[in-house]
Amino acid sequence: MTGAPDVVATAVFVFLFVLVTALGFVAARWRKGDLSQLSEWGLGGRKFGTAVTWFLLGGDLYTAYTFVAVPALMFGAGAVGFFAVPYTIFVYPLVYAIFPRLWSVARARGYVTAADFVRGRFGSGALALAIAVTGIIATMPYIALQLVGMEVVIAGLGLKGELPLIIAFIVLAAYTYTSGLRAPALIAIVKDMLIYATVLVAVIAIPMELGGFGKIFASVSADKLLLPQAPAGSLGSPAAYMTLALGSALALFLYPHAITGTLSASTRAAIPRNAAILPAYSLALGLIALLGFMAIAANVKSDPAYAQGFAQYGNNYAVPALFLKMFPSWFVGIAFGAVAIGALVPAAIMSIACANLFTRNIWREYFDPHASAGRECQVAKIASLVVKLGALFFIIFLPQQYAIQLQLLGGIWIIQTLPSVIIGLYTRRLHPYALLAGWACGLIAGTAMAASLDFKSSTYVLHLFGLAVPCYAALSSLLLNIAVSAVLSVVLNAFGAARQDETAAEDYA
Amino acid sequence: MSGRGEKRRFRLAYLLLFLPFLALAWVPYYNRAEPSLAGVPFFYWYQLLWIVIGAILIGLVYLFTERRAS
Repeated sequence: MTGAPDVVATAVFVFLFVLVTALGFVAARWRKGDLSQLSEWGLGGRKFGTAVTWFLLGGDLYTAYTFVAVPALMFGAGAVGFFAVPYTIFVYPLVYAIFPRLWSVARARGYVTAADFVRGRFGSGALALAIAVTGIIATMPYIALQLVGMEVVIAGLGLKGELPLIIAFIVLAAYTYTSGLRAPALIAIVKDMLIYATVLVAVIAIPMELGGFGKIFASVSADKLLLPQAPAGSLGSPAAYMTLALGSALALFLYPHAITGTLSASTRAAIPRNAAILPAYSLALGLIALLGFMAIAANVKSDPAYAQGFAQYGNNYAVPALFLKMFPSWFVGIAFGAVAIGALVPAAIMSIACANLFTRNIWREYFDPHASAGRECQVAKIASLVVKLGALFFIIFLPQQYAIQLQLLGGIWIIQTLPSVIIGLYTRRLHPYALLAGWACGLIAGTAMAASLDFKSSTYVLHLFGLAVPCYAALSSLLLNIAVSAVLSVVLNAFGAARQDETAAEDYA
Repeated sequence: MSGRGEKRRFRLAYLLLFLPFLALAWVPYYNRAEPSLAGVPFFYWYQLLWIVIGAILIGLVYLFTERRAS
């Protein structure tokens, strides 16, 4: 962050931004549907084929914040940041095996959200409300973090103040309002091409300038290069690494934005196909993670030109500083544009997903049961605006640290919907009140574990038979949740009368 | 359409989906620098390689099960 704005980089950046804004508004006419229907506005009419779903989910899951924060973690903490790689490896076999079922039942019964499904499957409004509220609350800080990603690159361009961020978000809000899910779907295509171009250039050009991968890894200190060995009597950081990867993988597709992306596919087959081709993004992410080590090798932190950026944004400034140092201005513009647009796509999809949840599972359920389809869609559009304004407010007026800590908690919270949503896809024998109790236990236990760590970390050390096991709090609290749900189901089912399950076995095929 | 043999092959195909979990579950196995590949420590290239293998396995399962379905 030097004194004056970088004119060339800023010009390229602004050009890309204007381009995607135009696309965002044009998207309303793409595969035209009646945008006053919620499934048209909020699910793109369920019309996206394998390729568009690939761009949409890729743009949705591999967010700008990921691209900034994962290398920042590598830069600051080293090997542990690479957990993002096994995480994304574990996600896709799960998606392959599980999510076609959710797609089918959603198509058969007209469900737009995971809470819709839970409502239908278990016949419990209370459980559906819990699922919907969890989804919304877990997603809001995630949207705020997208703004962090954008803020960092805007600062990298040398632009000062909050105004550029506010303008970007108002524009985003406007085209999401008019075009719905079609806007991020179309923009995701541009975003992904920019990201792939940036990654490709970065992993070829930067190592060439720095003298090869050997030199890059040699510049990383030994304590960062590998995970520390486990001390005696403990499973140590390898256990933390693995539980983080596994817990994150289980949580990812429970997020509303991931479910929205999945349900917008036009055919069931698009989902297994995407499970096979989405790992292309994982590979990009793995390479992006290594940018953190390249930033170490390039000595960006000791360079006075970037001191101010690091002072303000911490290690999140590592990647912008690396690009500024290694790339010519015009390519800095492209790379930063990729990150900023990479923030717009998930922010749009997340706000749409939250709006779908609010409208379907809170508004219509509790306030306006006889809402017409047009009214329902109008409420969703307004909800998406409110959600985005909330995120903007968050970033401008509260310390960034809150958003990061809340997002960490969000992972712990969203995973508590797994028994209802995923196990619910396979069995109706869980009792809704047992699921609700399990959800509450998991939520409380997970939050308490994170609180005991002052919300700085999510790896809580369990002591099992004299062995210390550092475990991702989302995973351990999920196990508690499942145990409570299962045991209470046995008890309650012994008393309970027959419940209503509006879905039939053939809906899932 | 789905005889016993068909069904068994279908289930076996699904087992391929577990391989990435097996390969990566025991972190101490790959938490080491050697053998390095073109200067990249084992820890990094092993996991990057499994992204590719994982994708191929899912593709194979898809082909197997698709053939079964048609």
